[in-house]
Amino acid sequence: MAKKAQINFEKCKGCDLCIAICPVGAVHKGGKGNKKGFDCVEIEFEKCTGCGACYIICPDCCIDIIEK
Amino acid sequence: MNIIKTQPKSITTESTKYCPGCGHGIVLRLIGEIIDELGIREKMILTAPVGCAVVLYDYMLCDVVECAHGRAPAVATALKRVHPDKFVLVYQGDGDLAAIGTAEIIHAANRGENLSVIFVNNAIYGMTGGQMAPTTLIGQKTTTSPSGRTAKGMGKPIRVCELLTTLEETKYLERTTVHSVRNINKTKAAIKKVFQNQMNGVGFSMVEILSMCPVGWRVSPTEALQFIEEQMISYFPPGVYKDTD
Amino acid sequence: MAENNIGSDSKRVLLKGNEAVGEAAIKAGCQCYFAYPITPQTETPEYLSRRMETENRVFLQAESEVAAINMVFGASAAGARVMTSSSSPGISLKQEGISYIAGAELPCVIVNVVRGGPGLGNIEASQADYFQTTRGGGHGDYRCIALAPNSVQECYDMTMNAFDLADYYRMPVFIQSDGIIGQLVEPFEMHPYKPMFEKLPPKTWALTGCAGRKPNVVRTLYMTPADGLEMLNRKLEQKYKKIQSELRWFENFNCDGADLIIIAYGATSRIAKSAIKKHNGNGKKVGLFRPRTIWPWPDIELVEIAKKNKNAKFLVIEMSMGQMLEDVQLALMDIVLKKDILFYGMGGGWNPTPESIYDKISETLKK
Repeated sequence: MAKKAQINFEKCKGCDLCIAICPVGAVHKGGKGNKKGFDCVEIEFEKCTGCGACYIICPDCCIDIIEK
Repeated sequence: MNIIKTQPKSITTESTKYCPGCGHGIVLRLIGEIIDELGIREKMILTAPVGCAVVLYDYMLCDVVECAHGRAPAVATALKRVHPDKFVLVYQGDGDLAAIGTAEIIHAANRGENLSVIFVNNAIYGMTGGQMAPTTLIGQKTTTSPSGRTAKGMGKPIRVCELLTTLEETKYLERTTVHSVRNINKTKAAIKKVFQNQMNGVGFSMVEILSMCPVGWRVSPTEALQFIEEQMISYFPPGVYKDTD
Repeated sequence: MAENNIGSDSKRVLLKGNEAVGEAAIKAGCQCYFAYPITPQTETPEYLSRRMETENRVFLQAESEVAAINMVFGASAAGARVMTSSSSPGISLKQEGISYIAGAELPCVIVNVVRGGPGLGNIEASQADYFQTTRGGGHGDYRCIALAPNSVQECYDMTMNAFDLADYYRMPVFIQSDGIIGQLVEPFEMHPYKPMFEKLPPKTWALTGCAGRKPNVVRTLYMTPADGLEMLNRKLEQKYKKIQSELRWFENFNCDGADLIIIAYGATSRIAKSAIKKHNGNGKKVGLFRPRTIWPWPDIELVEIAKKNKNAKFLVIEMSMGQMLEDVQLALMDIVLKKDILFYGMGGGWNPTPESIYDKISETLKK
């Protein structure tokens, strides 16, 4: 079991704060628009350490920290 | 799969109308977390300001009153006098608190009303499209200071925490920011402190939160983090300005 | 709807109009009072600063009239009976707050002891806030109920009624006093509180913490058509129509068979009555039609009187340059020409005297 960050794609507004804050560079732009038209982010499962920094900085509660 | 962290229960699951990268969104989540942790949602009455947070009642799942611009401290004074056993939260932006509402915040503070005030300072008027605020920095360009704010004719930015320290009935004043994880954690602790002060009957407590407004500042959200780091905190130093505990 | 009766356990006391307003608020269960000093109503906050304390209620001298009306907004949203008082310039300051209170359908009582204007004006009596009170005053489509006392007894009775009307209809209720009535010292019956309605609707909308129910929101912003700002306006319109059909208070003094009908309210009506009493018996008969609610205005009742007295002349007397005059013209427009509705008014915080009205009556009747 490891902690990971998981993104709610449809809630993301593409602000990129999580990209800036991630200490291991596990977040990047997905290049895919969601239903609202935002260019959302994707989290690389393997790289993610589940530190929760993205959860803390996300202004839109898009990110859950889960244990898998 | 276990969920370790997810959004607080006391706030809406719907998307907010805040812009991408807006600091209000972070503050909203922190308030939601604290309400969940303290279990006070059903006791809460919140005042919504005029500004980007005007629709706070769509985001926060508690009793809310939408106030006239700047008047929240007066409205909250009455709410708390009528319901002293309830938890009254005052939420204001820099136009609401430091421009039109200067008299109301000073007098509510001066009377020592037992309120918790969250003052979101993003040095601009976001809702109306980016005009100069009382906390806009010298040299900062806005739609009503297109050449940059000058001290001559416009005055210097107002430091609200410092201003309120002279009032003897203010009990807790702290300034924090939401531009980094470490600072967001400090903000959460500060908000919790001002909540607990009200619950313990300590008296007027406020946290001023330096916050991002990428659209108002005409920068990207990531650049907005830098603006706070490189420009705002030297003029508005974070820290505890009063703690009478 | 019953108006107050004088009970057997009432006292006969001597008080100022402004003080009677305060005592009536106490008796009606006013829980909060917020105000700012301004002549000629300062006796009300001074009186209540003592009485609210002895009754263990909330008295707060606010930092401004703006702050005071917003405190009223908050206390009302919290479900409390609440009042503020001021005079003309202070009432102007309150207009934004009053618009919010009306839009949010909150109950409250607002006392305006009208003084000379515009601007800082003077501290004498005036009736030049009539438009401000009866036409909305603040922004948007809304109305306030407005009761116009002309005696200390009515200051007492009407203030008591105002709290019930505010709660029943969920809106601001004005007591439109003036610098003479507010300062008048008269004996009156200080009777116990007698509610106007058997039952008032419970305040299920109030902000009391959402335990056991869905959260309540008190708001006036409705940005999208789906949110329904138009719906709110239509709802308010229906409410106001209902009130106009139900709440029409007036006094008919001597109008039946009158050759001249004076229309006046507040202090002017008292002065006019003195002149009328002196004049009657000199052959021609003079009557007084006194609206006691200036919103709604008792237009139907005036029309009935006009129809019964087809040859009567009409003289509107106001301490203004002609504000209620327009409501009289509107009321009588189908039966009396505008040019035939005479007007005797004065602005700038001056009042007519019994002698000046007497002369006006004589002059009018000669024509």
